[in-house]
Amino acid sequence: MGCIENLKYEMILPLGASFRECREYVEKNFAEVWYVNPGYRLFDEYIIGLPPIALGIDGAKIVFPYTKPCHGTYLLGIEDADEVERVRRTARIKK
Amino acid sequence: MAIALYMAHNLKIRGTEVLATGNPSVLNLLKVSDPEKHYLPQMMVLEKCIEELVEKKRGCDLCVVFAHNDAAIQYAGTARYLLPDGRLVVIVFGKTPKLLAETITFPCEQIVEKAVHNPMQLKNKINGVFGWAASRT
Repeated sequence: MGCIENLKYEMILPLGASFRECREYVEKNFAEVWYVNPGYRLFDEYIIGLPPIALGIDGAKIVFPYTKPCHGTYLLGIEDADEVERVRRTARIKK
Repeated sequence: MAIALYMAHNLKIRGTEVLATGNPSVLNLLKVSDPEKHYLPQMMVLEKCIEELVEKKRGCDLCVVFAHNDAAIQYAGTARYLLPDGRLVVIVFGKTPKLLAETITFPCEQIVEKAVHNPMQLKNKINGVFGWAASRT
């Protein structure tokens, strides 16, 4: 992984889950779900994936798919209250 | 890898400026295969290319994505979103390409072929999609 690897992250779904499974997990398991398009900047990285990309919020934690070429998609959770607020301001609530 | 060089060669001789992007390992494979940069004079790490597309510092008329896993399909979908007016061709290959191709839900041209070692069938399909005359090489 890139810069996100240097952050303190929780691996919600390990490598091996498909991007679609990551989206479904977020939609099923989080009360607060926001949607963004590919290229949305999160933790200084551009998020990859078929739109709409689902982001889950639980308190100060953002849960998001992190796709790397040749590897696959990880569903990660990172605590960052400022980034949570930025997502609420800039993402959309519906698909 | 062979097909990537084949694509680059055929695009180049038809006057297309080609940029290859991928993760560092893929770019290293290409550099080893084309040490004098005869086929691929320009290469860029994929994340940097995505960044330039998002920031509209770069665009292209044709984007060809080589996909052998779910991650590559996600990158192809991202390319579709970032290049809405360009031609997008997704080459799906590997052991189970049809299953992978079924996950493509965005507009693009698809070339689907079970290609693991022998590239000839894939090459023929590429020739057909791009209108290139069959080559004996």
